Amino acid sequence: MKKLLALILVALTVISAFAVPAFAYTEVEVEDLEYYQRFKGQNISINVFNWGEYISDGADDTLDVNEAFEELTGIKVNYSTFASNEEMYAKLRSGGVSYDIIIPSDYMISRMINEGMLQKLDFDNIPNFKYIDEKYQKREYDPQNEYSVPYTWGMVGIVYDSTKLDAEEVTSWSILWDERFLGDILMFDNSRDAFAIALKLLGYSFNTENPEEIEEAAEKLKEQKPMVQSYVMDQIFDKMQGGEAVLAPYYAGDALIMIEENPDLAWAVPVEGTNLFIDAMCIPTSAKQKEAAEMYINFMCETEVAVATAEYIGYSTPHTQAFLELDEEITSNPIAYPSDEVIQNTEVFFSLPDNINRLMDDLWTEVRTETGGNPWIIPILLVAAVAASLAINIYRKVKKSKQVY
Amino acid sequence: MNQKIFSAPYLLWMLLFTIIPLGLVVFFAFTDSNGAFTLENISKVGDYASTLFKSVWLAAVSTVICLLISYPFAYIISRKKDHQKRIMVMLVMLPMWMNFLLRTYAWMTLLEKNGLINKFFGLFGLGPFEMINTQGAVVLGMVYNYIPFMILPLYSVMLKIDPRVVEAAQDLGATPSQVLMKVLLPLSWPGISTGITMVFVPAVSTFIISRMLGGGANLLIGDLIDLQFVGNSYNPNLGAAISLVLMVIMLLCMSIFNQFEENEEAALL
Repeated sequence: MKKLLALILVALTVISAFAVPAFAYTEVEVEDLEYYQRFKGQNISINVFNWGEYISDGADDTLDVNEAFEELTGIKVNYSTFASNEEMYAKLRSGGVSYDIIIPSDYMISRMINEGMLQKLDFDNIPNFKYIDEKYQKREYDPQNEYSVPYTWGMVGIVYDSTKLDAEEVTSWSILWDERFLGDILMFDNSRDAFAIALKLLGYSFNTENPEEIEEAAEKLKEQKPMVQSYVMDQIFDKMQGGEAVLAPYYAGDALIMIEENPDLAWAVPVEGTNLFIDAMCIPTSAKQKEAAEMYINFMCETEVAVATAEYIGYSTPHTQAFLELDEEITSNPIAYPSDEVIQNTEVFFSLPDNINRLMDDLWTEVRTETGGNPWIIPILLVAAVAASLAINIYRKVKKSKQVY
Repeated sequence: MNQKIFSAPYLLWMLLFTIIPLGLVVFFAFTDSNGAFTLENISKVGDYASTLFKSVWLAAVSTVICLLISYPFAYIISRKKDHQKRIMVMLVMLPMWMNFLLRTYAWMTLLEKNGLINKFFGLFGLGPFEMINTQGAVVLGMVYNYIPFMILPLYSVMLKIDPRVVEAAQDLGATPSQVLMKVLLPLSWPGISTGITMVFVPAVSTFIISRMLGGGANLLIGDLIDLQFVGNSYNPNLGAAISLVLMVIMLLCMSIFNQFEENEEAALL
């Protein structure tokens, strides 16, 4: 009897464990049901490559976007994630994988367009594009808006500890060069964002192709180095929330999360202007299911899906209808949705020529490592090592020959 | 003939995952992005000489510290009773069951300005001490992460040293330092050399420890290679060239080291 009871209990636990995910809702109301059901029963699958934690995935009763899409269309979604634009680019460049949808940032999109890695979209298949705010269409990275559909946007600003300094003090990027905060400043651990700050402070464009301006920015970054506690990306969450550092430039969407965890933190957008970034959905040249991919893009632009996405990931949405339907509390927050005035004063990254990218990376390495160093050290060391190894061998031979006699 | 068949799977594995990738590294190191032959990448590695030198230096310091800590420790465990041995060895292995990244992350929270160690000293009005984002923290991270690779080979060698050999040396009037120099060191040499190789080689090319504990202000050679692949400019050719130079330098270091070892063995005979 006891055994039977135990068995039932086990069965119940197992069933409930499987049943829980079903509570997340997967039904989405769409405008044109027929459009979505074209591929039903054809056993098609698409490969989606997105940033980590960058889609509503059904956790905590949110909408599971991919599952909803699968149910609606019968197209299977293979979903995988990347941690940086560069990682995504390296994967696509090395070949061997084919993705139907990728969601890179602006400058990476223009680079991939230049290198012929993206295909033009057929906007007849993406009727929901009409919802995308014109402010985010036809931006510099895709001037005719032929290759991309904006997914989210945001800007870079300064997160600071409001117990250590006042809001009036944080008006300029130069606060990140202030010697009062020696060892209390965190800085971006990627060259493009770090150089952008130095360039803006000097009054140059983010997208400058003038090597002298970039070298000047590198000097500025070297000047800042003694003040910098560490160069970080994701570790910033721990360090800012724990009060380990006072000032750090970062992305608005992530700043919201940090402020939620530690209410002492505050946000400021410097007067010199800042970077507005747009992450957009694109279809690589190597895609195998272009039409199904366009259907996926269209689905992501369904109002209900866009609302769920914006609520889940916290980044700002370019979807006009979703913006209206979002919670007032979210849309009135100036961190996520700043005034038009602030947006006016921003610049979007676009791709730099190869030689400028190289220069920037070389200078960045120079900033980050101890400079100087004699270029002859390595050859000299090699010769010395070979010499030492020869000397030991000769010494041994001599010794051996002595032992024989 | 039959024996050769048994080695075939491993040879195939080696060919696929060691020989061919190595060939690719060499190929990339000597070509530019269009696939044309060039020496530019190799000569550019010279710019990073000081970084390379620092990586080798920090790895060497960590290796020496590991050896100094592990040697007496391994000897002590090897002289314990059986069940104590088992517990001690398990305790050495225990941290390795956890993910490498997590362990390093834990050190970050320990060493920070508002970290546990500084909070503890703060209770007595001491500090805060500047611990994280220093070279010392990087060495600490290396020692902590790689010390089991030094202890284990030393321990297994010392297990095989007959205690009666040590007693015999003492009976014959050897002082403790003579016992160490003339008996223990030569007998445990294979363990020492394996341990040094297993700590030094991964320590030279480590790239996450310096970033997490060193604050990323002073990159090591491993970070530099990483940057060539996932950095802004995507330059696998330079990355391959740095890796190749690093490999050659390590190979030379190891070969010189091994020659000393042979010397030692020759001296024993």
